[in-house]
Amino acid sequence: MLELKNVTFEAADENGGSKIITRDLSMTVGDNKFVVITGPNGSGKSTLARLIMGINQPTGGQILFNGRDITHASITERANLGISFAFQQPVRFKGLKVIDLLRIASKKELTVSEACTYLASVGLCAKDYINREVNASLSGGELKRIEIAMILARGSLLSIFDEPEAGIDLWSFSNLISVFETMRENIHGSILIISHQERILNIADEIVVIDCGSIREQGPKDEILPHILGTAAARIMCDGGAKISRKGGAANA
Amino acid sequence: MLDSVSKHILEEVADIHETPIGAYNFRVDGKSAGRQTTANIDITSKTDKPGIDVRIKPGTKHESVHIPVVLAESGIRETVYNDFYVGEDADVVIVAGCGIHNCGNQDSEHDGVHRFFLGKNSRIKYIEKHYGEGDGNGRRILNPVTEMYMEEGAVAELEMVQIKGVDSTKRTTVAKLDKDARLVVRERLMTHGSQYALSEYTVEMNGEGSSVDLVSRSVAREDSTQDYRSKVVGNAACAGHTECDAIIMDNAHVYATPELDANCIDAQLIHEAAIGKIAGEQLTKLMTLGLTESEAEEQIINGFLK
Ligand SMILES: Nc1ncnc2c1ncn2[C@@H]1O[C@H](COP(=O)(O)OP(=O)(O)OP(=O)(O)O)[C@@H](O)[C@H]1O
Ligand SMILES: [Mg+2]
Repeated sequence: MLELKNVTFEAADENGGSKIITRDLSMTVGDNKFVVITGPNGSGKSTLARLIMGINQPTGGQILFNGRDITHASITERANLGISFAFQQPVRFKGLKVIDLLRIASKKELTVSEACTYLASVGLCAKDYINREVNASLSGGELKRIEIAMILARGSLLSIFDEPEAGIDLWSFSNLISVFETMRENIHGSILIISHQERILNIADEIVVIDCGSIREQGPKDEILPHILGTAAARIMCDGGAKISRKGGAANA
Repeated sequence: MLDSVSKHILEEVADIHETPIGAYNFRVDGKSAGRQTTANIDITSKTDKPGIDVRIKPGTKHESVHIPVVLAESGIRETVYNDFYVGEDADVVIVAGCGIHNCGNQDSEHDGVHRFFLGKNSRIKYIEKHYGEGDGNGRRILNPVTEMYMEEGAVAELEMVQIKGVDSTKRTTVAKLDKDARLVVRERLMTHGSQYALSEYTVEMNGEGSSVDLVSRSVAREDSTQDYRSKVVGNAACAGHTECDAIIMDNAHVYATPELDANCIDAQLIHEAAIGKIAGEQLTKLMTLGLTESEAEEQIINGFLK
């Protein structure tokens, strides 16, 4: 499905120099696989997702999607080839409504009842939300759910979620897990989730641990999970190379 | 009696497909092209100058008045004076709108001066759409003047939209509010090409408990220029809020000059103004849903101006 070969991303830093954010990173996401990426704040997880979606362009290496080289393809091309991406921080729009976004996502004149099904799967009472503007009046958790509903509406081959659990209340957490499980059954595509949550790590086929922009370890869940749980308290800190700025807690929305 | 050009323009500015229900007055190319009155709403032509007087009886409810204007002949320039007398406790919808179809080389211009005299506790919803089309060299010019005189407890909701095809516009809106009167304005404006739009508001709150909420959203594209000026005066214990939110694109130019003037310690006046380009992350998000950059731009603008 997806293959990253020695992907590097170098960006300008605050001091007019440059820093390497993603370093020589190689990984694959197989067909029908459920892969979870984890790692400390600032380790480059979201950057990796943006590289796959085409929001950031790699400065080195290659990205293949179903055998096709998409390293320099535009965001739109990748979207239309079948890649979806739910942002860590969803975007607000003055004037666009939830139903408008779901329609754009599904690429058809979605009926209200179809749209409601997507909203209901992410635990939103559909009739209250369908005509709401996706603006500052929505709470962080509501926005996060709508972001996930858009990915459901797209039904792509590869769906990437960046910390989908952030801002979602505990009660809904098990529903969120079942959303991913159903999605996997229905779409027959691959799912790539960035998460810090043990319960999400637990349903993965494979886990990739990123630190300082490179892969520290990757492999089947049963192999990796015990390591992570063991080292969670003693995070490896970076020195030299990539400069990591540590932001708030793990669940910042 | 209406040709297809006029019919199309009526659809654009007044959502009229058939003859409307209720009172109406059509003006096409400087002449009256149809009028209907009702038991409660009377329309008469002015005798001293072009225009009409619309008298709405006190207590009239759930009725509407449509007064669309069409300019289809190139080179017509007119100023029309329409006065609305809304009786106490009446509650009506007034739909005005002007569409210009100019295929010729002469300028077409319609300047509508609308005055509203709102009686005690009356309510109106006023919808005004402006639209221009035609590929001649003649410019399409609209300079609407709206004046609102609001007695105690009167409520007016104004929806003013100008999205396409008007080359030059000077929009002047003046309102004077007595005790407990409330004015709500929603303006939507888009300019493109080398268009020029000036929108100027002067709202005086003279009575205790009066309030105004004025929100203008606009998009300036290509080489167009927009000039937004609002002046809100609080002469009593009142609440005023104005907001000007503009998206600027290409080589456009947007000025915003808000002015607040409080003459009473209990006047609460707020102005918010923002001018900026479309947020990059909004474009990115829509592109991840499969839209091209220009499709994403259209969606964002359409939503913003809805
Ligand atoms: N375009 C860019 N230019 C400069 N610096 C960047 C750019 N993109 C990301 N960074 C930096 O790279 C580092 C990694 O950021 P990234 O958002 O990928 O981390 P993350 O692993 O997703 O963290 P978190 O767990 O907090 O979400 C951060 O220090 C960030 O500031
Ligand atoms: Mg992140």
